[in-house]
Amino acid sequence: MKVLVAVKRVVDYNVKVRPKSDGSDVDINNVKMSINPFCEIAVEEAIRLKEAGVAEEIIAVSIGGAQVQEQIRTALALGADRGIHVQTEDSLEPLEIARLLKSILDKEEPTLVITGKQSIDGDNNQTGQMLAALAGIPQGTFASEITIEGDHISVIREVDGGLQTVKLSLPAVVTTDLRLNEPRYASLPNIMKAKKKPLDVFTPEELGVELSNHIDLVEVEPPPDRQAGIKVDDVDALVDKLKNEAKVI
Amino acid sequence: MALTFDSARMHNPYITSEHEAWRTQIRRFIDAEIMPYAESWDENGNIPSDLWIKAAGVGLLGFGFPEKYGGTLEGIDVWHSWIINEELARIGVGGVSASLMVHGIGLPPVINWGSSEMKQRVAPAVLAGEKHISLGITEPGGGSDVASLSTTAIREGDVYIVNGSKTYITGGMRANWVSTAVRTGGEGAGGVSMLLIPTDAKGFTRTELDRKQGWWASDTATLYFDNVRVPVDQLIGEENKGFRVIMANFNDERMSMSAAMEALGRVCLEEAVEWAQQRKTFGKRLADHQVIRHKIAQMKQRLNATQAYIRLCYEAIQSNAPNPGDIALLKVQSSETMEYCAREAMQILGGAGYMRGGRVERIYREVRVNAIGGGSEEIMRDLASRQYQL
Repeated sequence: MKVLVAVKRVVDYNVKVRPKSDGSDVDINNVKMSINPFCEIAVEEAIRLKEAGVAEEIIAVSIGGAQVQEQIRTALALGADRGIHVQTEDSLEPLEIARLLKSILDKEEPTLVITGKQSIDGDNNQTGQMLAALAGIPQGTFASEITIEGDHISVIREVDGGLQTVKLSLPAVVTTDLRLNEPRYASLPNIMKAKKKPLDVFTPEELGVELSNHIDLVEVEPPPDRQAGIKVDDVDALVDKLKNEAKVI
Repeated sequence: MALTFDSARMHNPYITSEHEAWRTQIRRFIDAEIMPYAESWDENGNIPSDLWIKAAGVGLLGFGFPEKYGGTLEGIDVWHSWIINEELARIGVGGVSASLMVHGIGLPPVINWGSSEMKQRVAPAVLAGEKHISLGITEPGGGSDVASLSTTAIREGDVYIVNGSKTYITGGMRANWVSTAVRTGGEGAGGVSMLLIPTDAKGFTRTELDRKQGWWASDTATLYFDNVRVPVDQLIGEENKGFRVIMANFNDERMSMSAAMEALGRVCLEEAVEWAQQRKTFGKRLADHQVIRHKIAQMKQRLNATQAYIRLCYEAIQSNAPNPGDIALLKVQSSETMEYCAREAMQILGGAGYMRGGRVERIYREVRVNAIGGGSEEIMRDLASRQYQL
């Protein structure tokens, strides 16, 4: 079984981002970049399928400028077998990412596609769903557990207020939620070996995809500064404020 | 821009994204497997054995050793070394890295000068974290004066009979083998050999030195050899050529210690800055008092100089032109910087810094082991003076 995982280069989750001074976007100059944490969970799940003898090959794909190869190399160091880099300098919206991934699907015909449920920069939560729709295959989103059962996959989904189990025919798209697994660290020897693993580069044109844009980013602004609190004199004053000002009791 | 451990590291054009990937992964490992426990290990004076197994898994133990023994050597350069030393220092519990990585001084003699049988028997087990090896040089009667050591190994047929003792041996209680400096010949450097002594040999005993100023997590021992019989094929390198083996080890050890000491100074800076920006006195933040601002600026100034010096030495090593005198003085530069930063950070932290449980308090107690171990400041200056043929 061939598994395709999508990995996105995003600002590291530890970084506190700021808008650019003109508010046109988030300032990512000289900021540490990493694999999107949900994508890392996707890579880990694919590796576990391979270790369990279910998957034979893991392909890590990323879309973006030359630097996204760093994230592909990380996925290779974690255990993916080869990488695909779709090279484009354009900032792409989820639909275009899904269309590019669809073209990779057509090329590679994987049995399973695993993506993060969303990336921590755009927070769109759309790409996996759009990809499944474009490819005409089932989707299991927000997965907290997956089990391959012959030509089906059983996905436990994290839904509001509980868990839902769905059984999908393969091929299928699964998007990962936080509790699907805890990703491993890449070891030093594997980081070194990852440099020698194959990594193919394609342009959108080579994949036959003409990119278009339907969404304009209008403005980015930081949340308002939190106002300083006050000290109340006694419990009565606190109760009064909770009741009449905050109206929470 | 706040001054943190990372932002206070000056830009280094040699660091590639692959180096950064290594830093990211090693830091994740340390943050998950070591950071949360290091302080309690230190207080308890012990590290759980499975840490070695985990460290082997992530490639930490095998770092810089040949692939055929389970290490990672291909593609490794000095910048990887710098990163590893920095990240281990960032824990701020010197005893953990000292004990965990003690094979970094114990194993190279075996790898570089041991027989292939010896390498095959010792190296894979050590790099897998299953067995341990220490380095035994210092004796109760003398330390830095290696050429005068008095532990003897007298040859009788195909064994050496070893008598004497070694002290302040890091990892000595846990070690399965000790790469030991012994006297096989006459007086002076020309009579010294290196011998691999298994600690399960008859006549070998050891005592723990558990009351130390710092490095509590690290086990330290005095080793006693009482007519210990060691087969002659356990010689590391040639007989009476041990001095060269010992000396070859030193550049690496001093670079590692220097990189670690600068990083420890940076930990002090980070902690002091964070505190100075929170703590209010006389109606303003500590960081707004000129006297405190200048302390912080001077810490950064010295760290910058040390970083630049470290980089120059690493560059020289990378281009196969290391200068032992310069490296010896780098170790002095680094311990003085660490000492200064520990002192000033303690002054800024005040009473909070004096309480046990913080990185600065611990680093303050671990200044001396760094300024003395691996060659004291005095010995380093003396060595440099001789190197420069004064």
